[in-house]
Amino acid sequence: MRHFAALLDRLGYTPGRTAKLRLMTAYFRATPDPDRGWALAALTDGLPFSFPVRRTLAALMDKRLDAELLRLSRDYVGDTAETVALVWPEPAEVQAAPRLADVVAELALIDKGDLGARIEGWLDRLDATGRWALLKLLTGALRVGVSGRLAKTAVADLAHGNADQVEEIWHGLSPPYLSLFAWLEGRAEKPDISGAPVFRPLMLAHPLEDKDFEALDIEAIAAEWKWDGIRVQLAAGRGEARLYSRSGDDIGPSFPDVLGAVRFDGVLDGELLIKRGDDIAPFNDLQQRLNRKAVTGRMLAQYPAHIRLYDALMIGDEDLRGLAFTQRRRRLEEWFVANRPHAMDLSAVLTFTSKADLAAVWRTTRGIGIEGLMLKRRDSPYLPGRPKGHWWKWKRAALTVDCVLMYAQRGSGKRSSYYSDFTFGAWRETSDGSRTLVPVGKAYSGYTDAELVDLDRWIRTHTVSRFGPVRSVVAELVLEVAFDAIQRSPRHKSGVAMRFPRIHRIRWDKPAADAARLAEIEQLIDQS
Amino acid sequence: MADRPFERWLYPTDDGLYCAPGDFHIDPYRPVARAVITHGHSDHARAGHNSVLATAETIAVMQTRLGLTCAGNLQKAPLGQEIRIGDVGVALHPAGHILGSAQVKLTHRGQTAVVSGDYKRRLDPTCTPFEVIPCDLFVTEATFGLPVFRHEPDAGEIAKLLASQRAFPERTHVVGVYGLGKCQRLIALLRSAGYDRTIWLHGALTSICDLYAALGVGLGALAHASVAQQSLAGEIVMCPPAALRDRWSRRLAEPVTCFASGWMRVRGRARQRGVELPLIISDHADWPELIQTIKDTGAQEVWVTHGREEALVHQLGLMGLNGRALALVGREDEAE
Ligand SMILES: [Zn+2]
Ligand SMILES: [Zn+2]
Repeated sequence: MRHFAALLDRLGYTPGRTAKLRLMTAYFRATPDPDRGWALAALTDGLPFSFPVRRTLAALMDKRLDAELLRLSRDYVGDTAETVALVWPEPAEVQAAPRLADVVAELALIDKGDLGARIEGWLDRLDATGRWALLKLLTGALRVGVSGRLAKTAVADLAHGNADQVEEIWHGLSPPYLSLFAWLEGRAEKPDISGAPVFRPLMLAHPLEDKDFEALDIEAIAAEWKWDGIRVQLAAGRGEARLYSRSGDDIGPSFPDVLGAVRFDGVLDGELLIKRGDDIAPFNDLQQRLNRKAVTGRMLAQYPAHIRLYDALMIGDEDLRGLAFTQRRRRLEEWFVANRPHAMDLSAVLTFTSKADLAAVWRTTRGIGIEGLMLKRRDSPYLPGRPKGHWWKWKRAALTVDCVLMYAQRGSGKRSSYYSDFTFGAWRETSDGSRTLVPVGKAYSGYTDAELVDLDRWIRTHTVSRFGPVRSVVAELVLEVAFDAIQRSPRHKSGVAMRFPRIHRIRWDKPAADAARLAEIEQLIDQS
Repeated sequence: MADRPFERWLYPTDDGLYCAPGDFHIDPYRPVARAVITHGHSDHARAGHNSVLATAETIAVMQTRLGLTCAGNLQKAPLGQEIRIGDVGVALHPAGHILGSAQVKLTHRGQTAVVSGDYKRRLDPTCTPFEVIPCDLFVTEATFGLPVFRHEPDAGEIAKLLASQRAFPERTHVVGVYGLGKCQRLIALLRSAGYDRTIWLHGALTSICDLYAALGVGLGALAHASVAQQSLAGEIVMCPPAALRDRWSRRLAEPVTCFASGWMRVRGRARQRGVELPLIISDHADWPELIQTIKDTGAQEVWVTHGREEALVHQLGLMGLNGRALALVGREDEAE
């Protein structure tokens, strides 16, 4: 428990991805089974329990600290579990800390009535960091800024492999992952998970650059719409069905309507959407369904989920990934006609006659509310990751608008000494003809390193006031901001919210007075 | 007045705590005629008093930081020796906070009051340890006056820093420290942990380190970080907290930002500062030390100055002592 606590503590403060990986890999290397396997479970899919501990902790603290002192402490720290970890009396004599695996084993079987006594016993054997980690573990929310994918990358690093190799078998394994560690350390064969509904790494596309388009052999390419949902993989086998996000997170529990209808074995690739009749609902509607533990009947009726199928990786237990796209597509169509699966349909393959024709189709995407096109080489096998020269995403052209820089905030990690997060605004005109800037968005990217240095210098010399890590600046610098779409948003002062805004160009030359008016920006709102 | 026997001769004014029968202030906030200074930190030692009484080390610190002529007259008080000022006996006793730091013991018509200044109880290789002075009235600081503040053993925190240096040998460990006291203590702690490599210093930290060395506190090999043109990969560099997140640190190799302070005990505080490696090392008493010290002095009346007075005054009530919060100007959240 002590090493795991130290790891969590350090991860929570570490901004860099590489540093996080190093810390985790070092932990997995140094920690014995089965503790490290439970740690891996906690960092990925979570442990198979969570306890509401507030009441229990309140009862435990009652015997230990004056109520007023506890209240003042809690007010200062802001978090009950952390407060308890900090004020818990140090034991008179140091005892051996409990092992993570023992804690997990006891919690899995514990009687609710015994929880208080067990927690008390463990807290007495841990230091402040250990106590904090234990309480985090109990509540099930670690919040140390590590994705499941990153933790898997860290274990893969034990064998200098990559996360895809771990993902490939992940869902066929269970904690404490003894066979996984044995394999990664070369002590055993790769675990056999044939037939299990496990996640297979997805094939991803590169953004289409101008030069890619020029080089494209139009005869060799298939095109599809790029739907604005989330990319998913549906895997079924051994009597189970699972739904995975692009990164391999199991999102099935939020979508019983899709999974309940599965009556086949196979692995399919598609886009998860909300579909009412023939209409695809906006992405916002899909968001209502994501990350929900309990799904109500009302949610299901209001936001019916649907998968639009792109590809088949496996049908039955036949692996199709080695076949060319056109062959897989034919197999998918045949399978679809024979099975007519509920809550699914096929993504159309578009027809076009020339490059100019294809470009014309692309230009229609904004008008019909579609995110863009997917271009796929007809002869490509299904390859994991983002292989070069096979698939391209051709997003509809960005919208751009000239805004005025209003606030700048320091970045984090490597960028912490730079002002790298920018809030920009547009002019709002009032009836008396005066105008004020209202913030319309925030961007953290799009500029080059050299531009960041220039922006940082400009901000430091044009600061009006500072509050914490934020500076407000004189309204003089115009930024050309690119974004994918803009929507109405009552939560924002300006009444609009941009999707994926980034700094397209710095308009050192342009007077701030000539930047966009809010009214112009409102005209860009998607009517669809 | 009878139930407030101390206020007749010792009380807060707009300039700070005032001792009437001796006509002097202790750590005054504004220039005054006569000041007794507990230690050299800027919220206690200010320039411009007509005359100053302090330990020799505190006077040396003041002259280094504020200039040789920072006061009209600087009088050195040897530790433990009583001096008469008007109708009061004044003696300075070590406070264990930083080099030269002292408590002020005041004796007036059979009553003894001790003004602690800032203090800590644990061992610090760079200064004389705190001495318990029995008294009737104890005026204590309360920077960390909440039960959540319990400073971890120094050795463990230093081990954390050295372990991180081993884990990330290609990165520079930049430690934010206050220039007077914390910086030198951290260096001394590193030395006692066996770390004998050169420690690199931001320019703002060198003069006080030189002074410590001149006053006999050995700190080993130190070098000016601004002189070094290399990125100092794998090295430990110390700088003032403000430099931690500024342009100064850019040329260093992917710096691991560390911050050594008692505030680092609370995650929110460490996050706020964007610290990657918080080190809980403090020059102030933590909650258990505050309570222990109050008990040790045997004082029946305790006044609480800068910090979280509310919790400590409540605690004094629980202990059956008279507690009073002294809201002194210029003593808000201790920069530590
Ligand atoms: Zn101080
Ligand atoms: Zn102070």
